[in-house]
Amino acid sequence: MPTFISLADDAFSLVEDPFTAVSDDQPTPPGDVIISLARFQTEGEGLLGEGRAVGVRVESDEAVEALAYDLPRIAVVALAFPKFGDGRAYTSARLLRQRFGFKGEVRAVGAVLREQAGPMVRCGFDAFEPADGSTLADWERATQRYRHVYQRSSDGRPPAFEERGG
Amino acid sequence: MYRYDQIDRDMLADRGAEFRGQVARRLAGELTEEEFKPLRLRNGLYLQLHAYMLRIAVPYGSLNPTQLRKLAWIGRTYDKGYGHFTTRTNLQFHWIRLADAPDIMDHLASVDMHAIQTSGNCIRNVTADPYAGATAEEIDDPRVWAEAIRQWSTVHPEFNWLPRKFKIAVTAAAKDRTAAKTHDIGLNLKRARDGSLGFEVMVGGGLGRTPYIAQTIRQFLPATRLISYLEGILRVYNRQGRRDNIHKARIKMVVAALGRDEFAAQVEAEWEKMGPGADLPDTELARIRGAFAPKTFETLPAVSEAFEAAKLATPAFARFARNNLKPHKVAGYSIVEISLKAIGATPGDATAEQMEAVADLAERFGQNDIRVTHEQNLVLPHVKLDDVPAVWAALADAGLATPNMNLVSDIIACPGLDYCALANARAISVAQHIAQKFADADRAEKVGELKVKISGCINACGHHHVGHIGILGVDKKGEEFYQLTLGGSAAEDAAVGQALGPALPYDKVAEAVDTLVETYLRERRDGERFLDTFRRTGVAPFKEAVYADVH
Repeated sequence: MPTFISLADDAFSLVEDPFTAVSDDQPTPPGDVIISLARFQTEGEGLLGEGRAVGVRVESDEAVEALAYDLPRIAVVALAFPKFGDGRAYTSARLLRQRFGFKGEVRAVGAVLREQAGPMVRCGFDAFEPADGSTLADWERATQRYRHVYQRSSDGRPPAFEERGG
Repeated sequence: MYRYDQIDRDMLADRGAEFRGQVARRLAGELTEEEFKPLRLRNGLYLQLHAYMLRIAVPYGSLNPTQLRKLAWIGRTYDKGYGHFTTRTNLQFHWIRLADAPDIMDHLASVDMHAIQTSGNCIRNVTADPYAGATAEEIDDPRVWAEAIRQWSTVHPEFNWLPRKFKIAVTAAAKDRTAAKTHDIGLNLKRARDGSLGFEVMVGGGLGRTPYIAQTIRQFLPATRLISYLEGILRVYNRQGRRDNIHKARIKMVVAALGRDEFAAQVEAEWEKMGPGADLPDTELARIRGAFAPKTFETLPAVSEAFEAAKLATPAFARFARNNLKPHKVAGYSIVEISLKAIGATPGDATAEQMEAVADLAERFGQNDIRVTHEQNLVLPHVKLDDVPAVWAALADAGLATPNMNLVSDIIACPGLDYCALANARAISVAQHIAQKFADADRAEKVGELKVKISGCINACGHHHVGHIGILGVDKKGEEFYQLTLGGSAAEDAAVGQALGPALPYDKVAEAVDTLVETYLRERRDGERFLDTFRRTGVAPFKEAVYADVH
């Protein structure tokens, strides 16, 4: 079974992935699945009715607002990075966490490099599928790079201006 | 000068360690050049024609003598003994070895400097009025807000992978010395009737191959809401900016496509939903304000006898005083402009010795304060009039007393084909030829304010679109040609220049500028600058004169 890096209670671990990522041209396999937004909009109701866990893959040019009312029943939102340099999913993640209060898993998929680990955690991602062969230890190190942050974000870390005030 | 605290220093140390690791992985072949490129760019490292270029941030153009000496030392140790000040008020070294770059970062961090986000598709070094804290024109000190923006934009988790680069300028005076309207966001500090501070927010300016002047999307934003409003703008841009075409990826294209009103409505909607979470508490704004080393000014008479006597005794000093001094808010003080445009030199270049000379003067006579301007010059913002003769003499010894501020030889030029891999044509030598045409200082003064700006390619790093005379190098079947535009401005009366006519060959450009100037002198009415005359007459008399000469 494939694995991914998971962040829970401030600790990283390598976990087996219970979900099958299904592309639009594949039939739906049994079990828990991650499907495209378009497919979710047509088949989501039925799949959820079968009692399985359903995740939705949102491309970087798709708006997470489209999922707003479905979020409580979605287990995973997989935000796609078509390229390392495409930063739209950071905004999507913050919207999921801060505007819509999504409590499920927000997973980074696609061109995911350890360089992005820090900002991803800050924006609310808690599951990662690295594409650069980085290990759990690499990933952990990358997120601990900066002792301080200057901005408020989705991770609740106190920004510099609060540290100074305190 | 903003004084770093331990948190600011830790940030630089952590960034330096991260970069060192990335360079090591690159040198070990663990990172491909394609993967490494965006990482090195975010640390100011470009691959140019001959070597790596390192662009060091000079946040809002503010330096202290210790920092400038360190830059001189880096130039001598790791480069060829000089550096190049840019239109982003940064400093570039053009001959850097990749393996040295992590050490250079550590040396920079030792004096609270860095190269963070001086390139790449992220929020770049913020620009502010180089006369901040010295001019009576300002409503508030723009550096306080620029520093708040520097911190907020540093390693921002959401906005570090934008569609394209992003530049912000802050000014607090009616006279704009930051080229605010050519920035992605221009902020103009204002005071409301009730005395409260706020910003006029202008968005969507930018040069490059499709120039736009920024448009106002909010007349008055309460100053304490600045950061959340910036987040609103950046979020709309991050989501809507085009990522399929690098030439259409700047925010100016989003503003143009949506229209100003629709863009503004989207920002306001986003901002309202976001709430004030990102805003800085008043205590932090007060802390930043307090972290700028306070200046103490003596009570002096408005007229300095020593200064007046020196002007009478030495015509060259009198000329320097006419052109390079600007009024200070405190009686008996002056703002001293240092030209990096000596006739025949490369615009913006300074040798290590010159940097050290300026550092010494700032220490002895200038309250440890040095500024870099977007027009590629330096400023000593706080000099006693009594001391100006001594400052001038020392500048003259260092080859830095060229009395040509805002005159025709005070030219902005990009590095052009001499250094840059993108360039189509030389820019530096064109600037040198034009400056030599106007080497006669009397004639240059008679011409008065004239902003010549030269870019070696359509990317417009030399700001040619907003030059009173703009010059753009193009490649025509392997030969360098130059398109001239007239009537542009980067100041509060910002405008994009208008094409003069067919492109001219390399050896005809300086002559054409000479002809344009002669035409202006013939046409001008009392008190008109070149720009004013052009705006009154239109392009016709200039076009006629230049192309009559060429054919």
